[in-house]
Amino acid sequence: MGTVLGGRPAGLTTIAVDDELDDARARLVVVGNGMAGARFVEEVLERGGGEQFRVTVFGDEPHGNYNRIMLSPVLAGETHEDDIVLNSHDWYADNGITLRAGVRVERIDTAAKLVYAADGTATAYDHLVLATGSSSFIPPMAGVRREDGGLLPGVYGFRTLDETRDMLAATRRCRRAVVLGGGLLGLEAARALQGHGLAVELVHAMPHLMNAQLDAEAGAILKRSVEALGITVHLDVLATEVLGTDAVEGVLLRDGRRLDCDLLVVAAGVRPHTDVALLSGLEVERGVVVDDQLRTDDPDVYAIGECAQHRGSVYGLVAPAWEHARVLADVLTGTDPTAEYHGSRTATKLKVAGVDVATMGVSAPERDSDEFLVISEPRRGVHLSVVIRDDRLVGATLLGDTRKVAHLTQVFDRGTALPEERIRLLVDLSDGKEEVGVAEMPADSQVCNCNGVTKGAICGAVADGCGSVGAVMDRTRAGKGCGSCKALVKQVVEWAADGEVTEDPAASWYVPGIPLAKPALVAAVRERDLRSVSAVFAALAPGGKEDARSKMALTSLLKTVWGRDFVREKDAEFVNDRVHANIQRDGTFSVVPQMKGGVTTPAQLKRIAEVAEKYEVPMVKVTGGQRIDLLGVRKEDLPAVWDDLGMPSGYAYGKSMRTVKTCVGSDFCRFGLGDSTQLGIDLETRFQGIESPAKMKLAVVGCPRNCAEAYVKDVGVVAVGNGKWEVYVGGAAGATVRKGDLLATVDSPEAVIELTGRFLQYYRENAHWLERTYDFVPRVGLEHLQRVLLEDAEGICADLDAAMQRSVDAYTDPWGQDGRTPATPGQFATSLPLVPLPQVPVR
Amino acid sequence: MSAPHLEAAAPTTPGTALGSPATDVAVPGTAPAPAARAHVVGRAEDVPAGEGRAFVAGGVQVAVFRLRDGSLHATQAACPHAGGPLADGQTDPDVLVCPLHLYGFRWSDGTSTGGVGRLTLYPVRETDGLLVVEV
Ligand code: SRM
Ligand SMILES: Cc1cc2nc3c(=O)[nH]c(=O)nc-3n(C[C@H](O)[C@H](O)[C@H](O)COP(=O)(O)OP(=O)(O)OC[C@H]3O[C@@H](n4cnc5c(N)ncnc54)[C@H](O)[C@@H]3O)c2cc1C
Ligand code: SF4
Ligand code: FES
Repeated sequence: MGTVLGGRPAGLTTIAVDDELDDARARLVVVGNGMAGARFVEEVLERGGGEQFRVTVFGDEPHGNYNRIMLSPVLAGETHEDDIVLNSHDWYADNGITLRAGVRVERIDTAAKLVYAADGTATAYDHLVLATGSSSFIPPMAGVRREDGGLLPGVYGFRTLDETRDMLAATRRCRRAVVLGGGLLGLEAARALQGHGLAVELVHAMPHLMNAQLDAEAGAILKRSVEALGITVHLDVLATEVLGTDAVEGVLLRDGRRLDCDLLVVAAGVRPHTDVALLSGLEVERGVVVDDQLRTDDPDVYAIGECAQHRGSVYGLVAPAWEHARVLADVLTGTDPTAEYHGSRTATKLKVAGVDVATMGVSAPERDSDEFLVISEPRRGVHLSVVIRDDRLVGATLLGDTRKVAHLTQVFDRGTALPEERIRLLVDLSDGKEEVGVAEMPADSQVCNCNGVTKGAICGAVADGCGSVGAVMDRTRAGKGCGSCKALVKQVVEWAADGEVTEDPAASWYVPGIPLAKPALVAAVRERDLRSVSAVFAALAPGGKEDARSKMALTSLLKTVWGRDFVREKDAEFVNDRVHANIQRDGTFSVVPQMKGGVTTPAQLKRIAEVAEKYEVPMVKVTGGQRIDLLGVRKEDLPAVWDDLGMPSGYAYGKSMRTVKTCVGSDFCRFGLGDSTQLGIDLETRFQGIESPAKMKLAVVGCPRNCAEAYVKDVGVVAVGNGKWEVYVGGAAGATVRKGDLLATVDSPEAVIELTGRFLQYYRENAHWLERTYDFVPRVGLEHLQRVLLEDAEGICADLDAAMQRSVDAYTDPWGQDGRTPATPGQFATSLPLVPLPQVPVR
Repeated sequence: MSAPHLEAAAPTTPGTALGSPATDVAVPGTAPAPAARAHVVGRAEDVPAGEGRAFVAGGVQVAVFRLRDGSLHATQAACPHAGGPLADGQTDPDVLVCPLHLYGFRWSDGTSTGGVGRLTLYPVRETDGLLVVEV
C-alpha cells in the first residue's frame, strides 16, 4: 500500500470526539466510503444531522473520499491525485464522524442490527446505508487469474485509486497496452495510456463504440476520431484468453488473432457490489433492490449509488448517486420525511481530449411519433442528433462539437419549450443572435450539472460575501463533481463579483460582524473608547449593524481590554454568562462551586449535600476538574442555590480560567518535591474568573509523576526539586492531545505566578476567538514566547503584568453579585415554563 | 439517585424522545390557532432591550424579544431543532440564535439559516405599557 490519500499521520481510524457527545443520538452506519456514501454523509450534516446521528463510515479503501471520476485525468497525468480528494480523514474528524477506513464490511445481522467487519468487530446500528458501489467486471477468459484468484500481473481493472497508481507505475516500464472495453471507461483509459507513450489497442465486444450511449452511425464516426488519435480499434470481437505465465504477454481474440501487450486494462463494464447484501439476506437482483425512499426490504437498511437497483434500473454514473444521497438524507433527518426518488435522466460526457462526446437520454427514435434530427459530417468527425417526443427533448448526442451541450442539458432536464425550427437546437443559425455569454445566461440555467448549481445560486453566493472562486465552490459545490464546468464557474463568479475576486477577507476577522483583525479591533476599541458591545457595533460594524454571533466574543474582548471599566450589556452575553451557569440539553443548568485546587472541607461538603437535597438536584457528580457539579438545576432556582451554598462560582461555564488541578504534593505524598497544593490554590485565587478567548485550565503537580496531569494543561507546573518549578504551556488532553512545551524553569512559587500571569495575558491579547493554547502556542512558536516573555524582546512584559493585574483587580464573584438583585428584569425567569422537555437522563 | 424535576420520567412532548428526528418534534404551539386572538402576556418592562422572555399566551408558550432597535418579535418558545429555550437566545436585526446548538432563525419568515425547520412567528405589540401577543 502506498500513501493514504487524504490521510493523516495519526492512523486510519478517526474516532469522533464530540462537544456534547450524547449517547442518545441514533447510530447511523454507512458501508462504503465512495462518492455516494460520503456525499450522503455531507448531505446529512448539511441538514443538521450531526445532532441527530452518531455517524460511522466503513470504507474498504484506506483513503479519504476522493473523486473517482477524476481517476481518468489522474491516469492521464493531467491531474495530481492530491487534487481529487473530496473529504480527507481530517474532514471526518472535524465533523465528528467515525471513519473506519481500510476496513471491509463482511455481513450484516439485520435482526440484531449489527455490522460485522473483516477486522472482527461488530458495530451496532439504528440505520444502515449500503453505498458499496461496483467493481470492475472481469469477463471469463482463460489465464486472466492466477491460481490464488488474483489477477495475472500486468492485468488491471480501472476503478480505484490503487489500481490507477499501479497502472501509472506500470506505464514507466510497459510499451504495449490492450484495453478491453470500448465504453467511456475504456476509451478514457486507452487515451490516458497512449499519452504516456504506450502503443494502445482497444478491443470491444460490440459492433460499435460506446454502444450504451451512441447509435451505430455515431459510433462509427467516434471510431474514426479515436483511430485518428493513433489508437487501434478492434470491434465486434471477444478476447478469450490472456497469455503469459508470470506476467501478461498478450491476449487471444475469438477470431484467432493474437495481440501482444505487457499491460492489459479490463474496462468491460462494472457489476454492483452486492455480496454484503446477499450474505445478509437482503433482496438482490442486479443490484440491491430499493423502493422510492431507497429502502431495501429491511426497513432500517438503505442502499444508494451504484449498488442500488431502483425500479429495475442500476446506474453507473455519479449524478443519480448524488440524487439518492439527497433524497435519503431528507428522509432520514426528517427534513422531508416524504421525499422520494423517481429515477434519473442521465447524461454523460467523455473526458478525452480531442474527442468530444456528450450524450443524454435516448440515442435513437423509439416510437413512430418520435422526431429525429441528425446532422452528420463524418469527414469532420461531427455527428449531432436530437430525439423529440411530444414536443420535449428526450435524447441528444453531440459528437465532435459540444458547444450546445449546456443549453441542451437544460432543455433536457427541465422539459422547457423547444424552438419551432428544431435545427436551432443543434446549430446557431446566422440571424444575428450570438451565442449567449455569461451576462445573458438566465439565472436559472444550470452551470454545474453534477451538483445542479445554477447561475443564480453562484451569484447568490457571491452576493452573500463569497469573494473567491474557492469560497463559491465550497458554498455551492459548483465545479466539485467532474470539474468540467470549472472554467464556466470562474467566469460566472468573476462576472457576478464585477472582477473583484479575492481571497476571503473574513477569515482574518476576530468576529464575523466587524471587519477587523484582532490587533486593529483592540486598537480601535482603545482609541475610540468603546466600552460596550453596542458601542462597538455602532462605531465599527458596517452600517452600524449588530451581529448576534459576534456578541459573546466582543463581550469577552471588552472585559479583557477594560477590566472594571467595561460597560456590561446582558444581551451581549451568551446565556451561560448571563446566568453564570452552564445550560444543558433540557434548558436546566449546572452549578459548579469553586473548590480551589480541588481541596474541600467537611463543612463545604455538607452544604453541597444539603443544597442538592433541598433543590432536588437530579445528579451530583465529581468532575474531571476536581470539584463537584450539581447538574439539572432550574434557572429560577439558581440565585437561591448560590445563596444556600455560600461558595463562589467555579466559572465552569465561561470562556475563562476554569480550574487549577493539584496533587497532594509535599505535605502528604512521599515523593512530593514541592507544595503543589498550595501553589495551585494560590494560582486559582489569583486568576479566578479571568475571561479569555477560550477556556484556560491549569494544574500543579509535586513531582514529574504528574498525578494531576500538568503536562497536558494550558499551563502546567511541575515541581522538580531544589525549590525549582517547570512551567509548561500549550498542553491539552481534550479533543486534542498535546504535551505542553517547557516555557521555563523558575526558582520560586512567586516566579511561577508571575510567569503564568504574563503568559496568560499574552495569550488573552493575541489569540483568536476560541483558540485554545494548544493551537496558539504552536502558532506563535515557543521560541517567540520565550523571547517575549522571558527576555522581554518586545519590551512589553511590564505592560502584560500590569494588564493582568487590572483584570485580577476587576474580579468579582458573579454569584454574589447578581444573586440578590438581578442584572436585568427576569434574569432568572424560566424560559420554558410549560412543556416538559427531554431531561438529562437520571441514573 | 435523587428525584427528577418533573413528574414524568419520560418526555411527554410528542416526538421529543431522544433520538427522534428533529423535524418530528411537535411542540404544542407550533401551529397557530385558526383564529388569532390577542392576549396580554406581561408588562413592557418585562423584556429588557436585546433579550427575550418566555410567556404563555392563551395556553401557548411564546418567547417575546425586544431588539436593540426597539422592535418587538414573538416566536414559539421551544426551538424547532431540539426544543432549546429560545428566550435564552441571542438576537440581532436579522436573526435569533438558539442557545443550545446555535442555529439561527430569521425574523423575516422564521426560516432557519441552518436548515433545521421553521419558527412560528406571532404578531406582538405594546399597548399602554402592556405586551400583547396574537395567537
Ligand atoms: C463537568 C465536566 C465533565 C465531568 O463530569 O467531569 C465537563 C463538562 C463539559 N465539558 Fe468538559 N468537562 C469537564 C472537564 C473537562 C476536561 C478535564 C479537565 O478539565 O481536566 C477536559 C479536557 C481538558 C481540556 O479542556 O483541554 C474537558 C474538555 C472539554 C472540551 C474540549 C476542549 C478542547 O478544545 O479540547 C469541551 C468542548 C469545548 O470546549 O468546546 C468541553 C465542554 C464541556 C461542556 C461545557 C459542554 C458544553 O458546552 O455544554 C460540558 C458541560 C456539561 C454541563 O452541562 O455542565 N470539555 N472537559 C468536567 C468539568 C470540569 C470542571 O470542574 O470544571
Ligand atoms: C475512471 C472512472 C471514470 C468515471 N467517470 C465518470 C464520469 O465522467 N461521469 C460520471 O457520472 N461517472 C463516472 N464514473 C462513475 C462514478 O465514479 C461512479 O458512478 C460513482 O463513483 C458511484 O459512486 P458509489 O459511491 O456508488 O460507488 P464507489 O464510488 O465505487 O464507492 C463504493 C465504495 O464502497 C467501498 N466498498 C465496497 N464494498 C465494501 C465493503 N463490503 N465494506 C466497506 N467498503 C466497501 C469501495 O471500496 C468503494 O470505495 C467513473 C468511474 C471511473 C472508475
Ligand atoms: S461532559 Fe464533556 S465529555 Fe462528557 S459529554 Fe459533555 S462535553 Fe462530552
Ligand atoms: S435546540 Fe438545537 S439549535 Fe435550538
